[in-house]
Amino acid sequence: MRLLTHNMLACNIKGVTNGFPLGIDATRVETKEVEMNPDFLKHIFPKLRWEAFRAAAHSLGIDNLPEQVDSNMLLDEEFLQQFHHALLEVHLEEGALICPETGRRFPVSKGIPNMLLNEDEV
Amino acid sequence: MASRPELQNPPEIYYNETEARKYTTSSRIIEIQAKLTERALELLALPDDGLPRLILDIGCGSGLSGETLSEKGHIWIGLDISQAMLDVALERETEGDLILSDIGQGLGFRPGTLDGAISISALQWLCNADKSCNDPRQRLKTFFNSLYQSLSRGARAALQIYPQNAAQLEMISTAAMRCGFSGGLVVDYPHSTRAKKYFLCLICGPPNLNSALPKAKLGMESDESGSEVDSDNDEHTVTVLERQRPSKKRKVEKKVKGRAWVLKKKEQRRNHGFVNVPRDTKYTGRKRKAHF
Repeated sequence: MRLLTHNMLACNIKGVTNGFPLGIDATRVETKEVEMNPDFLKHIFPKLRWEAFRAAAHSLGIDNLPEQVDSNMLLDEEFLQQFHHALLEVHLEEGALICPETGRRFPVSKGIPNMLLNEDEV
Repeated sequence: MASRPELQNPPEIYYNETEARKYTTSSRIIEIQAKLTERALELLALPDDGLPRLILDIGCGSGLSGETLSEKGHIWIGLDISQAMLDVALERETEGDLILSDIGQGLGFRPGTLDGAISISALQWLCNADKSCNDPRQRLKTFFNSLYQSLSRGARAALQIYPQNAAQLEMISTAAMRCGFSGGLVVDYPHSTRAKKYFLCLICGPPNLNSALPKAKLGMESDESGSEVDSDNDEHTVTVLERQRPSKKRKVEKKVKGRAWVLKKKEQRRNHGFVNVPRDTKYTGRKRKAHF
């Protein structure tokens, strides 16, 4: 699972009002190179929650993202490269996602998070 | 054994390793899935600027539909309830991210994040009550509510379904409309039983000029030129009701027996030896005047 998906996902348990962002407990992280597409990065940038994105990247071992960002920085080639790497190239392969409110763990195996809820959570 | 997979088992059990394997080996399934995905993308009507979008693939299965999305350059996230199908998707090294989840429990995305959603032959599974805690209406409602939330304003969803009957079709589309979606049903090839495809084409937000419903394809599936000719015709979206109306016209058309038939019959009577057969005159078998 990429950080892009992580940034869009929220906990879905009934009664949870703020299920975002899900905490990450990573046991295995992989990097798969993909071609950079600056247009997509610019398109998705306003939709991202940067704080959550930065925190998630940190838990996967990426520390070079700046704390404050604005859309002007998207013109900077070096920043784009870092942004692209963290957003689309780093995959969480094994580990778990943790709901910030209830602490419920959603296991991630082979890169696929298991978001199935139990009967009492629907 | 029931012929529809929905009647046999819940989806997470029906799509086991054997069934999932079919989705990699059968070239027919692959071709159909690719075609349906292309059509669904067409119905999404994304702005024509070549920009990659973030698309949600609901019931992505082994990622066949995702492959078409990747080909068009889009970034996608796939949801499915069957672990076996997702394992096949991993084997195929699909480009999108996969999530194991039950769409009847809601999608679990942040509001306004997605640029569009497609679904190929998945939604009819929601109409099943496989477990005692499953209420199809409730699950449809949860699904459409969360879909509406996660799509950005003006974004579309093109959902291809195989409804079991008209009632099921109605149940799905009503559930969608209740959640605030505009749009409706597009039926491709309405006159062909095999090629007929239902697409629920939903638009997030109130209807406006730009959100006119896309046109359905008519004619035969392989006959591309035929559908071109029909394109000025206004009756593109055929509702289910229209198909079921009985044809009254055919009953009225009675065969009228003409002069030749009367002459033949009279000749037969004479040959049988009857003597009281009237003469053949210019009045024989003539049409009566139209008295009121």
